Amino acid sequence: MLKGIVTVSLKQDVLDPQGQAVLHSLQTLGFPEAQNVRIGKSIEVWLEESDSQKAESRLKEMCEALLVNSVIEDYSFEIVED
Amino acid sequence: MRCAVIVFPGSNCDFDLYKAANYIEGIQAEYVWYTSESLDGFDSVLVPGGFSYGDALRAGALAARAPILKALQRAADAGTRVLGICNGFQILTECGLLPGALHRNSGLRFICKTVNLEVSNTATSFTTGYAGRTSTHVRLAIAHGEGNYTCDSDTLQKLEDNGQIVFRYSGDNPNGSVANIAGITNEAGNVLGMMPHPERAMADWMGSTDGRILFESMRN
Repeated sequence: MLKGIVTVSLKQDVLDPQGQAVLHSLQTLGFPEAQNVRIGKSIEVWLEESDSQKAESRLKEMCEALLVNSVIEDYSFEIVED
Repeated sequence: MRCAVIVFPGSNCDFDLYKAANYIEGIQAEYVWYTSESLDGFDSVLVPGGFSYGDALRAGALAARAPILKALQRAADAGTRVLGICNGFQILTECGLLPGALHRNSGLRFICKTVNLEVSNTATSFTTGYAGRTSTHVRLAIAHGEGNYTCDSDTLQKLEDNGQIVFRYSGDNPNGSVANIAGITNEAGNVLGMMPHPERAMADWMGSTDGRILFESMRN
């Protein structure tokens, strides 16, 4: 079986209020070197497919159909054996 | 006027919206379940607030891919009026009927309060009733955690140029939305999405009739 791991992040020009709150907490906790925090999400999709190229193209379709909102989010993914 | 109120799993303003629409003489509202594939015979479609599919993945994302959405797209393309409130607005952006996206409030908190709004376009078929009043300021309730409207600068310019921004927060901007946007229409003007809840301001005993005017405008 193959597994797709999709990493979804907010576009750089979209404000990330969660990231800002976490940045503030990190600095308060004594990590002044933390300069910016952006929070995204990771989505794992197990695929009944052995051809990694086919899996890649299907996973891309899934990202565009549902997993990612391209108005505010960017994504990247990798396919691994599982 | 026959009005559909779409019900998704997790909708929670559907009953309010159904009651509000039926409150107006001349409007007959009916529920339509999200698995239905037709909206034939309806003059308007109302998409209620709530937490469809528990906000899984993104608010409105899964509802925007539900079976009823194909019928909704067809109806909107044919000129049927569509009003999405709160989660309904999120669903309309997720399915592409409206531009932009709604994401986390800038202060991260869920906000539930009555806010001041300006009706910035009283020429749409949803807002003509606000034109004859002495003030275009209204007060409506908001209740959302993800009402922070965002879009790219080209889209914002188009929204401004076409008069598609129908409601703006007046004074305080509660959620960080770009250009104080609280509600927008599509380019054709037959689809309106808004975060405030007009269905909660229908009668004096509810504290305000500012929302009632919107439904009356839709009927007229």
